[in-house]
Amino acid sequence: MNYIDSSLKVVGTRPIRPDGVDKVTGRAVFAADTRASGMLWGKMLRSPHAHARIVSIDTTKAEALKGVFGVVTAADFPDIPSEEAFVGEGPMNFRDLALNCMARTKVLYEGHALAAVAASTQAIADEALALIDVKYEILPHVIDVEAAMAPNAPILHDDMFTSGVDPKPTKPSNIAKVVTFRKGDVEAGFKDADVIVEGTYTTQPVHQAYIEPHACLATYSPDGQVQIHSSSQGHFMVRAYTAKLLGMNMSNIRVNPAEIGGGFGGKTLVYLEPIAVALSKKSGRTVKMQMTREDVFKASGPTSGAWMEVKIGAKKDGTIVAAKQVLKYQAGAFAGSPIGPGCMCGFAMYDLPNVDVVGYDVVSNRPKVAAYRAPGAPITSFAVESLMDELAIKLGIDALTLREKNAAKNGTKTHYGPTHQNIGFTAVLAAVKSHPHWKSPVKPGQGRGLATGFWFNIGGESTAQVHVNEDGSVTAATGSPDIGGSRASIGMMVAEVLGVPATSVRTIVADTASIGFTHVTGGSRVTFATGMAATQAAEKIVEDLKKRAAQTWDIPVEAVEWKDGKAYPAGSNAGAFEPLDLATLALKAARTGGPLIAEVSINAQGAGPGFGAHICDVTVDKETGHVTIERYTAVQDVGKAIHPSYVEGQIQGGAAQGIGWALNEEYIYNAKGQMENAGFLDYRVPVASDVPMIEAVLVEVPNPRHPFGARGVGEVPIVPPMAAIANAIRSATGLRMPDLPMSPPKVRAAFDAQA
Amino acid sequence: MSSLSYAAPTSVDDAVKLLAGSSGLAKVLSGGTDLLVQLRSGRVKPELIVDTKKIPGIIGIREENGGFVIGAGTPGAVVEAHAGLTAAWPGLVEALDLIGSTQIQGRCSLAGNLCNGSPAADSVPALFAANAIAVVVGSKGRREIPVEQIPTGPGRTSLAKDEFILEFKLPPRPARSSDAYLRFIPRTEMDIAVVGCGVSLTLDAKGVCTAARVALGAVAPTVIMVPAAAAALIGHTLDADTLAKLDAAAQAAAKPISDKRGTIEYRTKIAGVLARRTAAIAFDRAAGIKNGKAH
Repeated sequence: MNYIDSSLKVVGTRPIRPDGVDKVTGRAVFAADTRASGMLWGKMLRSPHAHARIVSIDTTKAEALKGVFGVVTAADFPDIPSEEAFVGEGPMNFRDLALNCMARTKVLYEGHALAAVAASTQAIADEALALIDVKYEILPHVIDVEAAMAPNAPILHDDMFTSGVDPKPTKPSNIAKVVTFRKGDVEAGFKDADVIVEGTYTTQPVHQAYIEPHACLATYSPDGQVQIHSSSQGHFMVRAYTAKLLGMNMSNIRVNPAEIGGGFGGKTLVYLEPIAVALSKKSGRTVKMQMTREDVFKASGPTSGAWMEVKIGAKKDGTIVAAKQVLKYQAGAFAGSPIGPGCMCGFAMYDLPNVDVVGYDVVSNRPKVAAYRAPGAPITSFAVESLMDELAIKLGIDALTLREKNAAKNGTKTHYGPTHQNIGFTAVLAAVKSHPHWKSPVKPGQGRGLATGFWFNIGGESTAQVHVNEDGSVTAATGSPDIGGSRASIGMMVAEVLGVPATSVRTIVADTASIGFTHVTGGSRVTFATGMAATQAAEKIVEDLKKRAAQTWDIPVEAVEWKDGKAYPAGSNAGAFEPLDLATLALKAARTGGPLIAEVSINAQGAGPGFGAHICDVTVDKETGHVTIERYTAVQDVGKAIHPSYVEGQIQGGAAQGIGWALNEEYIYNAKGQMENAGFLDYRVPVASDVPMIEAVLVEVPNPRHPFGARGVGEVPIVPPMAAIANAIRSATGLRMPDLPMSPPKVRAAFDAQA
Repeated sequence: MSSLSYAAPTSVDDAVKLLAGSSGLAKVLSGGTDLLVQLRSGRVKPELIVDTKKIPGIIGIREENGGFVIGAGTPGAVVEAHAGLTAAWPGLVEALDLIGSTQIQGRCSLAGNLCNGSPAADSVPALFAANAIAVVVGSKGRREIPVEQIPTGPGRTSLAKDEFILEFKLPPRPARSSDAYLRFIPRTEMDIAVVGCGVSLTLDAKGVCTAARVALGAVAPTVIMVPAAAAALIGHTLDADTLAKLDAAAQAAAKPISDKRGTIEYRTKIAGVLARRTAAIAFDRAAGIKNGKAH
């Protein structure tokens, strides 16, 4: 059924969040809160070198230490062949994942794990790590993407031959692949242009900076059964990856999802779980592992840094006739940067006749990248939207007008293939135009920037169950970890369909043995896909309830209607019966056919893409180079806001992370390739006082492929901020800042160069 | 296995004896906001921790001979709540207030900030500028020394193994005196100074500076006094020429390193910028013009 044009009682309201009380009172059980009697502490030995061959690892002294119950190295894990992973987000190869969890012959970045111990206390575990004797042959390393592409660069993988080029190279390189997207004839387009603008841009790798470090608790029983408690964006992913890396059957692994303290894409792969299971197997005890913040920075994925070149040609009236981009994304130690989405997203906001995009996926001696909110899109958009600003300036056209002129609409064919349908970009731009922020004059001394962004959003496999309990209250269970309010939104959709208040439905995240397969929480897919499954499960319950009412009244089921949580006779012809509410039907369930339960598993299709536009006002301190965000408005097409407060929170959170990415976040490496700022003191995510009130403007162009019109909302808002801020700085100072972060020293240096 | 002892003596003598008697590394614990972080990260591995907070008088503020005496372990939050101190030494109070978060303010102390030996410590340039005296106790008895003589390098002090600071003395304030502290950080709070600057001065009735002390943080191995910057102020009002000389003196005195928090070039320029801005606030305050909190 489709409820887009229905009058809604629950969806679109703002009930109190179901996880709020436990979180603010400290009761919520995160992964690091789980423990077991007789538990051991597992700790990882990590490489101090950026690139080295492992000559030998001697663990005998560590094993002999009192209180140590097990030591593992790569020798304790199967040496698995190269194989594309079948769950998870983004490109993933099981062999790379195994080598990332435990180095075998080489360490590829500072922090790369190469052994682990299980001991009765953390102090003994630390002591044991110090007793492991590793002989390294230190190799030359390479950190930056362009240096890694240079002909004489140190090679990370001698079996990496660039794919996507013809003929296939005969020499290994750090370029994992080259991807190309072409539409029309870009050179002809540039010949036709009145004005051409070009620019080179760089971005730095940035970490997802979730507040909860990775942690897990694992128990291996002698009969081969495994229990894992961990926090992740997909416990089915944890099960599959752990099984694969240990050569086990998935049915022997049960993963219990803990409350999650943030993920943003960074918890869509495993680091600890297979190691903890191996240590448990070796020691015969439950093993707990948790990363420190330093481990999180040095060994878990940030997103890529990049080097980018963009060229845009337009007619005098602003019509873009050609657009070209070269993107070099660093992937970290293993192939798999988000270069694909990077190539697709930069120009996806515009209707362009001629496009040429080439992307490179490049490895270097840094931690392997992981998904981060709209993986790849913020990077490419920083470049494109900065250059769009230059184009507007050169043409003497208002930044918004230039975008309106070229905006993608329904029917626009993208340069990467699909044709946009049911999109709301022009509605977003119209909302910008009429917003008081955009209409207000820029304050003296300030500058204003505008930038837009796009993200695909995805659907995929989800399972949901709806249980009507004996008292008529409702439990909704899904396989989707809740990182952005999905328990609230799913419960609300179920409540809407059943015609009961939101408070009647309690939504839980069920473990891998208790619910059907569900793909990771990623790609902004859960409210769309899992929400669709839950809606369908609730509809099955309604059908069942109508059947039972019909049976009670002894009338045909077609003569029963379900309204406001009650079964009514459909009209006077159906008979005069008192309505039966959910509680009454639930109480009688045993006599009408048994428990009221429905389960729906789907592979949801038709996720609607999202578009956003951000307006940002800044002041710039010319003497210190410090940028202050004075006002920030984020406009986004959200399809339908199921719980508007959560949607606004997603938009504010994305913009806040974008502000950090824009202004201060970066990895600082020393000459040895070691990270010097692996902590929140010197890896500067914004603090509350760095971020103004971010006004979220919800534009609702319903996605017809979702029962309530929902689109994914969590990723789009991190796409526009970097360019919005860069364009605001340009407006305030005349300075174009092409390199992120736009930190005070860089801004001051730009002023000095301008003078 | 290594072991760690903890003691919380209730007298200066007991504390000194414990410190003197320790065979390995002994650390003095005041608020612990630096020490606990260093312990957790494994950067320090002491054999003994001597918590001085139970020593009578080490926490609290009193007026004495026209000046103030601040107990070495007095938490930042207590200092900030003291109206008399805030009126006389707004720069020192705002410098201490910049350390960490509200939670940290419940613990962090002037002595800890000074003895941690960080060149970037926020309260230290303000203490230097204030001409504060540290009352030091140890096996050889009690001595009073200017705070500038305490830090000797990053993480190092001139205190002997069995010595610690009991209290700080701030001199009496002549009329039309005030101070200010500014630091530069890339964010707006919860950060370490890229450069810090403390200025304390006295004006005459015409607004001409008659006495000044200028200190810079994070531009040398320790917080430094900049006499040339003070000289640029004394005998002048805050006109453009004075500001330019002050800026040049601060830049000339700055001998920073390049590290993850800033480059030599940037820090040097910022030293000049902050000297000007801090002096302007101190001038306003001394002249009775209200000024908001530095940030």
